[in-house]
Amino acid sequence: MTDSATTPPRQPMAALPGGEVTEDGPMLAADGKPLKHSLNRALRREKLRAFLLVSPLLIFILVAFVAPIADMLFRSVENQIVSETLPRTVVALREDQNLPEAAPGEPVYEALYTDLFIAAEYKSHTRLGSRLNYEMTGLSSLFRGTGRDVGRFDTDIYTDQFIEAAPALEDPVAWSNWMAQDEIRAALPFTADAWDAWTTLTVEANEDDPLEEDVEDFVYTALYRDLANGAAPANFPDVDVSTFETVSIKALFEDSDEDWVDPEVWQVIKTYSPAYTDGYFLNSVDMMNGPGGDAEWRPADEQIYLKLFWRTMWMSLAITFSCILLGYPIAYLLSTLPLRSANVLMILVLLPFWTSLLVRTSAWKVLLQQQGVINDTLVWIGLVSDTNRLALINNATGTVIAMTHILLPFMILPLYSVMKTIPPSYMRAAKSMGANDWTAFWRVWFPLSVPGIGAGSILAFILSIGYYITPEIVGGTEGVFISNRIAYHISSSLNWGLAAALGSILLALVLTLYWVYDRIVGIDNVKLGG
Amino acid sequence: MTLRHMRRLAIRLQCGGQLVLVLLDKRGKNRRHNNGEQGLANGSSSEAFVEFERVQKSYDGEKLVVKDLNLSLPKGEFLTMLGPSGSGKTTCLMMLAGFETATHGEIRLDGKSINNIPPHKRGIGMVFQNYALFPHMTVGENLSFPLEVRKLGKSEREKKITRALDMVQMGDFKNRRPTQLSGGQQQRIALARALVFEPELVLMDEPLGALDKQLRETLQFEITDLAHRLGITVVYVTHDQTEALTMSDRVAVFDDGRIQQLAPPDELYEKPQNSFVAQFIGENNTLEGVVEKIDGRSCLVRLDDGELIDALPVNVQEVGQRTRVSIRPERVESNLERLHPDAHTLPATVEEFIYMGDTFRTRLKVAGRDDFIMKTRNAPDQPRLKPGEQIRIGWLAEDCRALDA
Repeated sequence: MTDSATTPPRQPMAALPGGEVTEDGPMLAADGKPLKHSLNRALRREKLRAFLLVSPLLIFILVAFVAPIADMLFRSVENQIVSETLPRTVVALREDQNLPEAAPGEPVYEALYTDLFIAAEYKSHTRLGSRLNYEMTGLSSLFRGTGRDVGRFDTDIYTDQFIEAAPALEDPVAWSNWMAQDEIRAALPFTADAWDAWTTLTVEANEDDPLEEDVEDFVYTALYRDLANGAAPANFPDVDVSTFETVSIKALFEDSDEDWVDPEVWQVIKTYSPAYTDGYFLNSVDMMNGPGGDAEWRPADEQIYLKLFWRTMWMSLAITFSCILLGYPIAYLLSTLPLRSANVLMILVLLPFWTSLLVRTSAWKVLLQQQGVINDTLVWIGLVSDTNRLALINNATGTVIAMTHILLPFMILPLYSVMKTIPPSYMRAAKSMGANDWTAFWRVWFPLSVPGIGAGSILAFILSIGYYITPEIVGGTEGVFISNRIAYHISSSLNWGLAAALGSILLALVLTLYWVYDRIVGIDNVKLGG
Repeated sequence: MTLRHMRRLAIRLQCGGQLVLVLLDKRGKNRRHNNGEQGLANGSSSEAFVEFERVQKSYDGEKLVVKDLNLSLPKGEFLTMLGPSGSGKTTCLMMLAGFETATHGEIRLDGKSINNIPPHKRGIGMVFQNYALFPHMTVGENLSFPLEVRKLGKSEREKKITRALDMVQMGDFKNRRPTQLSGGQQQRIALARALVFEPELVLMDEPLGALDKQLRETLQFEITDLAHRLGITVVYVTHDQTEALTMSDRVAVFDDGRIQQLAPPDELYEKPQNSFVAQFIGENNTLEGVVEKIDGRSCLVRLDDGELIDALPVNVQEVGQRTRVSIRPERVESNLERLHPDAHTLPATVEEFIYMGDTFRTRLKVAGRDDFIMKTRNAPDQPRLKPGEQIRIGWLAEDCRALDA
């Protein structure tokens, strides 16, 4: 209209308290404060209320979903067990020059003696053994065996010689007094460390009073190391250790198990001594940290995960594709039928949701097995000879068939809800313009239903890529997914770190695919309804 | 000028401004054009372009939605199917388009039966209420669709698309998506798309139903203008009587699956054939009574409260028959001097007097009913009545139509 022509040009207004506009500055409210500020204050209550309303769910999700997942995923890189169980050994290894060509020198074994003695008391050496066994087979039994032996090592010769030389060294109360003096502690670092470990151990693991117990051999061994290094603290019994009969700790370990002088064993311990490791992830892609510390492929007969990932991907794609193939016509029918009949059909589509997943999958087992309903029928018809029954289960075929059935509703529902929003007048319009049924469908209906295909595909694909129960039951060995391997590591092999790494890779894979999908199709084009 | 054109003008005047002169000019041309075909429209079906013959339609096998439909329209006519919802008008349109099949009877297009021809081979343009523009195509692609289906070459397509878009003044919008357009713009595109392949018959199913009043009125004019300029035949479905009266050459009033009256708009308004049409089209006063005396051109009706009135017998035949008489509010006269000296008059009580600027609207209590409306022009000699005032009213016998009870 003529409004714009008749309205005089806007004059810049002066800064008025309580006015609307200032010439250059923020908008002011009636009380002269910035309008934004007042608005925020007015909305604060609303926001607080909204936050309080969602907070129960938010807390629940944080506690029950985000935190466990984060914790679990963190395990894929976490590796404190080595440095926690063998703290002294890890430090000593760092200084050792012999690796990787030869076994480490005596100091490493002396540190290992103390560590392993304590670990054996706490019984944590078996856990460490299991952990390191993932990286090198045999380490579990090595740790378990030596853990048993370490208390009976012939280090008591030091104990005996010390007590003989200075009987005061037998008294734990005297020990406790010496170890309270900083000068002595500074002069005898190994001893002080061993003493602290021993007292803690006595109190914690055995619930005894250290002042009433016999001091353990490893403390005397540590004392020998200190004194042999030339330490001569004041206010401490003066013992000349140069005349002592000695024993090689390394030799003791070698006696217990000769693997202890194998440089490869030590290389594994050294590689996995940092608190964080990429080992689990390398393992997840069939690689490992080689002797030189560089990543390298595992031997061909140990490669399994890449193959599993690849299989999971293509089978999920196959399942998604067969879901589209089977679901699209149904959804089309549903969306074009009158509401009454559509509802009846919809109940049939949803029926599987009301049946236990296990029951449905087991039903497939009955149907698909070699002596099962389908094979029997095919043989009866004569399509298949009795000796040549089809292998429909315990392989990829079985998994694809059963999973397609289970995921079909997840494809049909988004397809249906998108198709429902396509007005029938579009098809009519197309036909009135001269398009035959096929052209009208292909040029008009199909492009408009693509967002439904996208949503259904994402749903079915993401669900199937992480599916566990069905492949476990009908998949045999050829039809299992990566998730079955993850479950195996969680519940059977107890290699949670590897399970977490596999899970992280799976998650990253899904997110990457989602991102790629977003770039190609556009996530805005995905509709789950409306 | 007929009433129809007066109404059209009135609407143009509401729309305002300088356009009116131009419109008048175009209207005049159209008027001549219409006059030329008037005879055909009302007459024989020998040159009928679209014909319905004894067409019936039932969806459930129990109830007829369309009962015995006979209709023929010549080339170039703008026919509107008007009626309340559920009256069967849209079903008729869908049968013509081919989206519904007639349960009985024959539908002919240009002399050939099209009962068994699928919709895409009928070559009928169609405009839908919700526009039905394909949202995944640009405006240009939407218009290109019917041409591609007809396997036209690219240059020819471009030419036709440009022409069609210019026809609806949307030439600049070729590369937009339908969702980026307003309702009115979308409907213009839908119109262009229905016309781009140059069909001879275009069906419109309440195309302006979703638009606001002002836009609707502008587009009403544009559609009729375009239809007459291109000489296409239009079958237009609406439930808006103003739309029907202002746009059409003829209007078919539908009710209960039948055409109640098929007539040009002025005739429909001034000479309703039955009480449904009288009620449905325009404002109407109804009084009920029994025929007392009947003689060819006029009759006497005794109202239920005993008063006698003059009426024109339309579908009453004999004395003693119950009837419903219908008088338009603007034909009610309170200045009895303007009536025939021996005309019958009625006492009336003024209930309400509404000043409407150009007219006065008086609600009267007549023959026991207090919804009797009298519309008078705002003239210097016209009295402004006060509520409670007792007056006498009357009318010319031919303005009061005695219809079915």
